[in-house]
Amino acid sequence: MANDSRREEHWARTRRLMIITLILWFIFSFLVHWFADALNAFSFMGFPLGFYMAAQGSEVIFVLLIVWFAWSQHKIDTETGFAEEE
Amino acid sequence: MIKGNFIDNLPKVYGLYTGGFLIFILLMAVLEQMGMTADTIGILFVAFTVLIYAAIGWLSRTMQVDAYYVAGRQVPSVFNGMATAADWMSGASFVAMAGGIYFGGHGYLAFVVGWTGGYVLVASLLAPYLRKFGCYTVPDFIGTRYGGNMARFLAVVVLVVTSFTYVTAQINATGTIASRALQIPFEVGVWFGLLGILLCSMLGGMRAVTWTQVAQYIVLIIAYLVPVFWMSNKQGFGLVPQLVYGDAVMRITELEAVYGLGTLPAVEGAAGGLRALSVPHVAAGTGLAAWKFVTLVLCMMAGTASLPHILMRYFTTPTVRAARNSVAWSLFFIFLLYFTAPALATFTKLQVLDPSLPTGIIGKAISDVNSLEWIQKWSNVGFLQIIDGNGNGILDLNEFFMRGDIVVLATPEIAGLPYVISGLVAAGGMAAAMSTADGLLLAIANALSHDLYYKIIDPKAETHVRLLVARILLIVIGAAGAFVASLKLTSILGAVAWAFDFACSGLLFPIVLGIWWKRANRAGAIAGMLFGFAAGSWYLYMVRFAGMDPWIGIDHLRFGMIGMPVSLIAMVVVSLMTAEPDEEIKQMVDDTRVPAGKAILASSH
Repeated sequence: MANDSRREEHWARTRRLMIITLILWFIFSFLVHWFADALNAFSFMGFPLGFYMAAQGSEVIFVLLIVWFAWSQHKIDTETGFAEEE
Repeated sequence: MIKGNFIDNLPKVYGLYTGGFLIFILLMAVLEQMGMTADTIGILFVAFTVLIYAAIGWLSRTMQVDAYYVAGRQVPSVFNGMATAADWMSGASFVAMAGGIYFGGHGYLAFVVGWTGGYVLVASLLAPYLRKFGCYTVPDFIGTRYGGNMARFLAVVVLVVTSFTYVTAQINATGTIASRALQIPFEVGVWFGLLGILLCSMLGGMRAVTWTQVAQYIVLIIAYLVPVFWMSNKQGFGLVPQLVYGDAVMRITELEAVYGLGTLPAVEGAAGGLRALSVPHVAAGTGLAAWKFVTLVLCMMAGTASLPHILMRYFTTPTVRAARNSVAWSLFFIFLLYFTAPALATFTKLQVLDPSLPTGIIGKAISDVNSLEWIQKWSNVGFLQIIDGNGNGILDLNEFFMRGDIVVLATPEIAGLPYVISGLVAAGGMAAAMSTADGLLLAIANALSHDLYYKIIDPKAETHVRLLVARILLIVIGAAGAFVASLKLTSILGAVAWAFDFACSGLLFPIVLGIWWKRANRAGAIAGMLFGFAAGSWYLYMVRFAGMDPWIGIDHLRFGMIGMPVSLIAMVVVSLMTAEPDEEIKQMVDDTRVPAGKAILASSH
């Protein structure tokens, strides 16, 4: 039974991590680019911001987001005792 | 042969390989100085690299099922990341992406965003769970999770349509590059390209493809980055071009206003496939334009997360954790090319537009422009054209036509770099097209041999028969792809984007919900695949071939916007209307969700 509650905790935390990851993904995949025209009024590193986010900004964030996700998921797996033996 | 300690020695092996390749480039540069012709350099670059890939393919030959299908599940995450990046970046990414940005400006960047952000979905929703499952192919997961031959068969159908759409374009690209570099007719080039592709994959399956893809990634990334860095430094744009092209972006916007972009009349008479600049570089638009941007992003991302030749790369890592880390590495290696493409497009455009730069041609006398060497060379092969529409003898913005591919292929010449760089670019394009074609052909052949032949037709088949069937299928499908490519039906054959739309229409929800929704059952998955794929295909046919007006901007590049919702609704509704999956299946899903414990499917099955 202890195993079952650990499983539940593992899956609840995994699901929460997935939802947070996908919210961030949604913001930088869609929301930011929906307002690209308005963002172009601002300048970042010499670029119009809306253009920058599509050409570079979102991509940098995606890389960092996956690194953070992989790290967090491993933490969840380890703390709930479901990490693989290596 | 791969020795027991090969895996431990990977950094050393590929370090030596990279060093060897750099020495080869230097050698070519020296030979160029000594008077070797440009043609010979091109031939040596393509022939030498293809030979290396074939040698790796030969050394990785195997007769073991798990080595053939999933590279023995021992590919470390960094190297799997490189292999995935090569698998992912096609001839189109390598040759056409910068050109697409050159012509399409901000709107085309939707591809760059879509083709990177999809990996967030792969990492968080799919890759680690599919690795835990232990399947050999994507239909293997569908068939085991939902049970029954019907679900497995439908998954095979979607996979074959998706991957075949994609692979003919890749074989076409290898043929184009081989024919130009080796000075052979296109029809011969296609078969030469196929030969190279088969040598990489046939004897060693996934194991051979993995180690050649790593080698191909190294070649393609060097070939993409070196010319851009060199050009940027030679022309005084800056040390790291990706970080400093903001000023160039602003300058282009100024010049567009000066030249009257968007107000000039269209000049008629350019050959097919050639375009003049007509879209602003930066302006983003609102309303429908923004809608078109985000819908394209969504289709490309969802497609990324359902393309079988990408997902199957994550079956090859030693652990679930390694599969997750490997997605991060994959995206990092892809990012290196994708964040360079907009910089390349911007600098090339600036060099063409800016009259204060020595390379600028717009606004100059047409007689002067026509005497430039690169203009003559690329006009001769039909890649660019100058038409004096208003007869004033000056080259206006709307009078300069070119093919998008030129941005990558001709940058070395526009910037006046030595020919050795052009040879390097040809080798890089070849590597990109070959590696993607390899992954796609293997995905198709593996699904047909493992899922259709072994699981459905002859479950008692012995190992050597299964592997023989797999190899014969590889040759047959490759030949079919090369045959279709040699017909040059490019106007009928679809864009690469179609493969993504097919994949997300048919496979996304059956895979994702198979992991994340325990209640999903066989009937639901079948309905999801069937209706999603049918709705998407129908819509594609209607808007592309039957003359229907697209609904709110959803054109043939975005038909996943129709397929996906139909697939989701059909799958959920039918699942809820039919019986719950039994306890055994629920236990299977539970076990898939945690990294610890045995895989669902045995390592050899």
